[in-house]
Amino acid sequence: MTLLSTRGLSKSFDGLQAVTDVSFEVAKGDIHALIGPNGAGKTTLVGMICGRVAPSAGQVIFDGQDITDLPAHRRIMLGMAYTFQITSIFPGLDVAENVALAARRRHPAGDVAKAVAKALTQVGLAPYTEETAGNLSYGHQRLLEIAMGLVQQPRLLILDEPTQGLSEGEIAGFKTLVRDLKSETTLLLIEHNMSVVMETADRVSVLNAGEILAEGTPAEIRANAAVQAAYLGTSDA
Amino acid sequence: MSASRVLVLHLGLLAGLFALQFVLPAYHHGNLARIMVLAAYAVGYNILFGYTGLLSLGHALFFAAGMYGMALMIQHGGASPAPALLAGVLAGAVVSGLLALLALRTTGVAFMIVTLMFAQAGYLTILYFADWTRGDEGFVIQQAQRVLWGIDLSQPTARYFAAWALFSLVFLISLWLVRRPFGRTLIAIRENEERVRMLGYDTFAHKLGAMVISGTISAGAGAAYGLLFGYAGASFASVQYSIFPLLWVLLGGAGTVLGPFVGTLFMFYLIDLSSGITSAYMLIAGVVLVLLTLFAPQGLVGELRKRIFRGLP
Repeated sequence: MTLLSTRGLSKSFDGLQAVTDVSFEVAKGDIHALIGPNGAGKTTLVGMICGRVAPSAGQVIFDGQDITDLPAHRRIMLGMAYTFQITSIFPGLDVAENVALAARRRHPAGDVAKAVAKALTQVGLAPYTEETAGNLSYGHQRLLEIAMGLVQQPRLLILDEPTQGLSEGEIAGFKTLVRDLKSETTLLLIEHNMSVVMETADRVSVLNAGEILAEGTPAEIRANAAVQAAYLGTSDA
Repeated sequence: MSASRVLVLHLGLLAGLFALQFVLPAYHHGNLARIMVLAAYAVGYNILFGYTGLLSLGHALFFAAGMYGMALMIQHGGASPAPALLAGVLAGAVVSGLLALLALRTTGVAFMIVTLMFAQAGYLTILYFADWTRGDEGFVIQQAQRVLWGIDLSQPTARYFAAWALFSLVFLISLWLVRRPFGRTLIAIRENEERVRMLGYDTFAHKLGAMVISGTISAGAGAAYGLLFGYAGASFASVQYSIFPLLWVLLGGAGTVLGPFVGTLFMFYLIDLSSGITSAYMLIAGVVLVLLTLFAPQGLVGELRKRIFRGLP
């Protein structure tokens, strides 16, 4: 069953065509990875899905409802959660308050503390609950972002390059976390790290120069000559 | 800092201010009444600037809306003080709501300019309708018109008590508000608005709410000021009265509940004391302000919070 789909989604910035006629679908319960070389338009595409960027043309359909004209905060309330590519937390507030801000939109006042504790435990940040978020290490700030997404109990969790800048050990932990999440939610994962994509994703869409280049299982994508060409720059594709 | 200690500290200030009226000499007694009303204005300003992170240069518009809303009702409407005060507060709510709808389409420097320009327009409007407002000169509200529920507000004791009651009310509203989810969302907007939006909050509605609360409190202070001190004049709508609350809040500590009062008290007595020493008192005041900005950039209460009372609201 399809949870999210886009139809002919396009975006041009002052004549520069960033995303062209993208139609793709994310099935409920899947871990769907969106990959592509730098500048392929991944973040623009995701921006249009969650309402940060207004599309030039096309539609976004979430759970059967056309949400193209909804402002971002309304989409979030429909059950999307978005974590930023560049860490975007509240550095001056403590870790618990960061997650509580995300939780208050979803949970009745009495359940917020419990939901916050659960999300922080899930990502392994429970020992840092009272720490000021800005004092956390970079890796922990990324995990805090994910906790802020999780606590909303989203139907679709969009993670924009969650492993960027993480150490090998942290990436291994992240893979485990993502696999655990599969039972709870649908994930749209924008990711550069191929080992993360290949080991966690159910389906992969490849974006190149603003267009969908290929789509399939990780194994199919790995074997796809056009994808190899886009990544490696060979001309005989 | 635990919730009960926070409450003790803040209620302690109110209790202390209440007790002071019995020991202060007449001169300082009068000063403190004035400071408390002005501090109420600063508390209103702090909601928007200190907690929401929106720097307005036009709050004199709200202060004056309250003052003239009240004073014109008495002068030309023949109203008694209670409905006149209410009219002042309502005028502030309406004016701040309308300005918010326009100004909140901008951010940063543009927001400062838009609020400044509308406040100037308000100032000029008061001058333009001189038949009603008596322009620059303003008008006096007679003693007989300042009797609220049988209490003569021109008497020092009643005036002090009224100022204390007003300050206590807005101070407690401020303390309550910033610990509620709504207030915490305002703080989060100050820290990172885009993130708040992407957590599913309507940030425009929150900022609108903050501006109306801020403007309404400022108007309440303006209305009370006119009533307690018996005068309404266009100078209270001038740009100077937009800058004052900014200075008070900055000095006392933006984004702290205690800061507005501490800043207003400090600035008032800084000018009062230095003008007793030299006629170039603004020079002394200026140097002290520069030193404070250098060594306590978060304001007096802001520094206290950083060094001693972590978690002070």
